[in-house]
Amino acid sequence: MRKRLSLKRGLDLKIAGFVEQGTKVVEVKPQFVAVVPDDYPGFVPKTEVREGDEVKLGTALLRDKNDENVKIVSPVEGVVESIVRGSRRKIERVVIAVAEKSVYEAEFASDASSAEAIKDTLQRSGLWAMMRRRPYDIVPAASDVPRDIFVTALDTAPLAVMPQVESMDKAALAYGVKILSKLTAGNVYVSVPEESGCEIEGAVMVDVRGPHPAGNAGIQVANIAPVNKGEVVWTLDIVTLERIGKLFGNNILDMSATIAVTGSEVANPSLVNTVVGADMNSILGNRLKEDSEHKRIIAGNVLTGAHSSMDGYIRYPYRQITIIPEGDNADEFMGWASMSLNKMSVYRSFPGKFLRRLFNPDARINGGRRAMIMSGEYDKVLPMDILPEYLFKAIIAGDIDRMEQLGIYEIAPEDVALCEFVDPSKLELQKLVRNGLDLLRREEA
Amino acid sequence: MKGLRKYLDRVKPNFEKGGKLHAFRSVFDGMETFLFTPNTTSTSGTHIHDNFDSKRLMIIVVLALMPCLLMGMYNAGYQNALGSGVSMSIWEMMLYGFMAVLPRIVVTYVVGLGIEFVVAQWRGEEIQEGFLVTGILIPLICPIETPLWMIAIATAFSVIFVKEVFGGTGYNIFNVALVARAFLFFAYPAQMSGDKVFIPSNPILGVGGTVNYADGVSGATPLGQIATHTDGGLTLHNIVGDPLTLWDAFIGLIPGSFGETSFLAIMIGAVILLATGVASWRIMLSVFAGGLLMGWIANSFATLTYPATFLTPVEQVLYGGFAFAAVFMATDPVTAARTTPGKYIYGFLIGVIAVLIRTYNNGYPEGAMLAVLLMNAFSPLIDYCVVEANISRRRNRQRV
Repeated sequence: MRKRLSLKRGLDLKIAGFVEQGTKVVEVKPQFVAVVPDDYPGFVPKTEVREGDEVKLGTALLRDKNDENVKIVSPVEGVVESIVRGSRRKIERVVIAVAEKSVYEAEFASDASSAEAIKDTLQRSGLWAMMRRRPYDIVPAASDVPRDIFVTALDTAPLAVMPQVESMDKAALAYGVKILSKLTAGNVYVSVPEESGCEIEGAVMVDVRGPHPAGNAGIQVANIAPVNKGEVVWTLDIVTLERIGKLFGNNILDMSATIAVTGSEVANPSLVNTVVGADMNSILGNRLKEDSEHKRIIAGNVLTGAHSSMDGYIRYPYRQITIIPEGDNADEFMGWASMSLNKMSVYRSFPGKFLRRLFNPDARINGGRRAMIMSGEYDKVLPMDILPEYLFKAIIAGDIDRMEQLGIYEIAPEDVALCEFVDPSKLELQKLVRNGLDLLRREEA
Repeated sequence: MKGLRKYLDRVKPNFEKGGKLHAFRSVFDGMETFLFTPNTTSTSGTHIHDNFDSKRLMIIVVLALMPCLLMGMYNAGYQNALGSGVSMSIWEMMLYGFMAVLPRIVVTYVVGLGIEFVVAQWRGEEIQEGFLVTGILIPLICPIETPLWMIAIATAFSVIFVKEVFGGTGYNIFNVALVARAFLFFAYPAQMSGDKVFIPSNPILGVGGTVNYADGVSGATPLGQIATHTDGGLTLHNIVGDPLTLWDAFIGLIPGSFGETSFLAIMIGAVILLATGVASWRIMLSVFAGGLLMGWIANSFATLTYPATFLTPVEQVLYGGFAFAAVFMATDPVTAARTTPGKYIYGFLIGVIAVLIRTYNNGYPEGAMLAVLLMNAFSPLIDYCVVEANISRRRNRQRV
């Protein structure tokens, strides 16, 4: 079965620093890797190891307080270097010093005899935590019976590189779909770029066409089979699907990751083969441009990535690093009157709107925080049947009934990232949506 | 610019907490962010932001109002020259108009911005730029002879009770400038209507002349003349009794509130607003559609009981404040309907009601102001219906 999804609303940002096709893939073996519990919303971490412990690939580092069987595992062989805690002893990250001989896949026993056994294997292997559920955009709960499962094989985020489904292990993908379909009574959807024409056995293929956020799982769910109150769907990316297929098909846990190192402050944007959670220092080494610009290192893309530094680590979903100028040393006289051709904007009062060129935006907010003044701007970049402005207002007001009615179950912070980008009032909308989801989850509990 | 930046950095500590000029923090803040784009970088969420912000939004609206301001200045000089019989060159007329309107602009800004600064200081917030637009709108929609103290009171009333008590820019229910105008209209009806307030009647600093109203002629606006007309065969006339043509109304050389007489200037403003995407074309278009439709209906059933029904739809749109309200007032995003279908309904009803009041209510020669204010009150209701439709669609989806 094949479906077609053509989306019009959205926005492809024209940013400099993309990976050119055919650029050589670089192999990087990191010195350290880290797992960051903040990457797994809904997962309440308890440590399973102590500093100095030796770990193998697949050894559990953290378990979920709500469900002891759900683990986050070490992606490499090595020694626990440190367990970094923040205020109120919150675990910020577990850092592993990578062993010399470490490789990125290892044997891991799997059991596909029943749905329960599959769940158990997934939870123990750490792959469970790499999936998400809607509502709430959190790690799935053990008790979930998903209505459908959505796998995305396209990444439309700024500067992202599309996953190369063609070069993936087809048998593993098909096996992954087979495994997942035992966990749901509904369909396993796999969305691919329209032009790929790729086919995976057992899955409902969805040909997606349109600007970002068309590649977001949430947008696809909303346009194919939206989540209603009381329903649960799971989402994951194609790389995780391949890992699941290998785990159950070959008893191998694969933690390698291909990262796109992008952005205008990178000397040669390229793909890097490394491992989940690798440290920035190893990857970036001497890849940054040597100029006087203050640099912002983002673990992820410019819209949803985490603010990082040279001491940081790549973060979930382990796909991209972006480096842009920070811009905090700029002194711009009367910037609001600027007609500069270098300014990126979706608004027609900037000539840049009409130029076919790549821009080099920095991290400045470019304005002050205000109440919502203009109307209809969010709708242009959110291709869902949702009235974003009213949903945001309901969240600000803490009105739970209204949030439910206006469709908060369908949305994740990443879906509103573009709204946040275009917002003339400079509101922190992703944070707002996350707070709204957390509030609802607390109410439900 | 480096020098200016250095100077600001040097004096900045005085305005911060504990500094001796802390009471003026909001003023300094406002000036600093106006001169230099803040270097604040994002701390959560997206790492990049669009360059568009509310400062630019407001400045574009101010820019779009400039043709109306210039045309208003010219028309003020023109009307004075016509009425007084003093011959003036175009530049003298402009100068006259400039001197006539400058005190009004200064008074509005001083009063309005003063209140904004005080409130921002009191709340510990950043100064907001909404009043930049309001401050220029108020002089444009008032008759040129409005006394300054009235403008000051109306501005203060409007900024405090229509904007600040609701929380400031972005939270108000009614259009701030229009409420100032309505306040004047209802609080000082004698000074705000009639046949003498729309034409500047005295020389200013030696420029212009004194207007003498001859018997039988008046400086009333076209709509004012129509409203007081009781027998058939009406010809509109200007201050010296010559007939007015549609062309005069199009260019804007007719008596009227300072900035809203020239259809041409308003249209230039409309083009600026629409080309930059700052105003909603949906609202603008539907206001005109509503006005033309209602004008056509009224004109089809023209009756002497309601003299304004004799105006053709085109005249309805050209005369009075209709076009100005459609382009600059109805499109205020804060007080307008905010949903897409809502914008059509909101705009259309403004057009219909504006003409309805003009034609079938002899007490008010002009209805555009009241129509916009009325629909400001109803826009949340319109949006509510659109939002409910979205909600019930979601609910029904579940049932299927």
